[in-house]
Amino acid sequence: MVERAVHDRGSWPTDAPIDRSEHELADWEILMDAIVGALGSEGVMNVDELRRGIESMPAADYESASYYERWLFSTETILTEKAILTPGELDQRVAR
Amino acid sequence: MTYSVGQPVRISARVHAGHHRTPAYVKGARGTVERVHDRFADPETRAYGGDGTPHRQLYLVGIDLRSVTPRDHGSRDRVFVDVFEHWLEPIE
Amino acid sequence: MSHDHDHPHAPLPRADEPPVAARVRALEELLVERGVLDRDTIRRRIDWLVSRTPADGARLVARAWVDEAFREQLLADARGAALELGLDPGPSPVVVALENTESVHHMVVCTLCSCYPKALLGPPPDWYKSLAYRSRAVNDPRAVLSEFGVALDDDVELRVVDSTADIRYVVVPRRPPGTEHLSESELAGLVTRDSMIGVAQPSLSR
Repeated sequence: MVERAVHDRGSWPTDAPIDRSEHELADWEILMDAIVGALGSEGVMNVDELRRGIESMPAADYESASYYERWLFSTETILTEKAILTPGELDQRVAR
Repeated sequence: MTYSVGQPVRISARVHAGHHRTPAYVKGARGTVERVHDRFADPETRAYGGDGTPHRQLYLVGIDLRSVTPRDHGSRDRVFVDVFEHWLEPIE
Repeated sequence: MSHDHDHPHAPLPRADEPPVAARVRALEELLVERGVLDRDTIRRRIDWLVSRTPADGARLVARAWVDEAFREQLLADARGAALELGLDPGPSPVVVALENTESVHHMVVCTLCSCYPKALLGPPPDWYKSLAYRSRAVNDPRAVLSEFGVALDDDVELRVVDSTADIRYVVVPRRPPGTEHLSESELAGLVTRDSMIGVAQPSLSR
């Protein structure tokens, strides 16, 4: 059995029923998607970096975070790595 | 090494610590080339800020589901997965 | 500690939004202020996202059902076929249409993340992105199809297609029987998003 990372879910052991309820995307989710798309088209962050950032989440966080929370985690991680954001800057901004 | 439609292949079971797009459940599995796609930018280097060159040849590989997961599947059921050339090995 | 007050106000929390929403708005503010992105680019991207619907994919399928030459083109080059109909196939360099037949049924998943042909189908449903689907589409696909109300005969070959790379897959479901009299646009009305993922079959009864 090959070791797997938390994002590598194909055939992960589970019998959990599929929750088919759907929700309309919230404004902030559409905005998050748009920011990532814009960063991609402007050549700032590509989709492979986005995925790599998501895959770097601690396993428990990955499993409990919502879909776009993972995108935010990744974007913050990658942009901080590129020195476009400074560490903790988003939190400071929200706290003002 | 390049592959053609209908050719039997094995998907490498090697460990790759960084970002890659070969799922664990197919590593080490045997399958058949179903399609020869184009060459694409390499996600394994692009994920770390590289430009993804040289581009890598991508293949659609069909694998018997019973060989990769333990459940009751139809006898003909298969999983098709897009795999890069450097993750494939020929089978004699 | 000093605070720079010559800046746009920090994002205010809005009713019913989780805390992450304020962080996303803060991210936008910072990126715009810093000149990394401009607001127009973001707005255009938002406009594009909200314009995406499965009606586009349904038009491809309906045309393929009534026009044999188009069907062949769709199966050979879905991206080109979409452009022919004036549709936007999206940024993915390759889109592949997979045809369901009497003996083969396709079902699409992205086990590693959530790759999905959203230009043609709109945003993916939550369940498609869920950990349960990403695992069980491979683990136990016939049970998943049962949950979605699709029963396949034992001798049908089920192909679970795991989109692990840049290729986006769209399923061309089978045309339901008893639809010979319908117009192309009426046929398009039968083609659901779920049938283009491969977890539903179009039918006359809705």
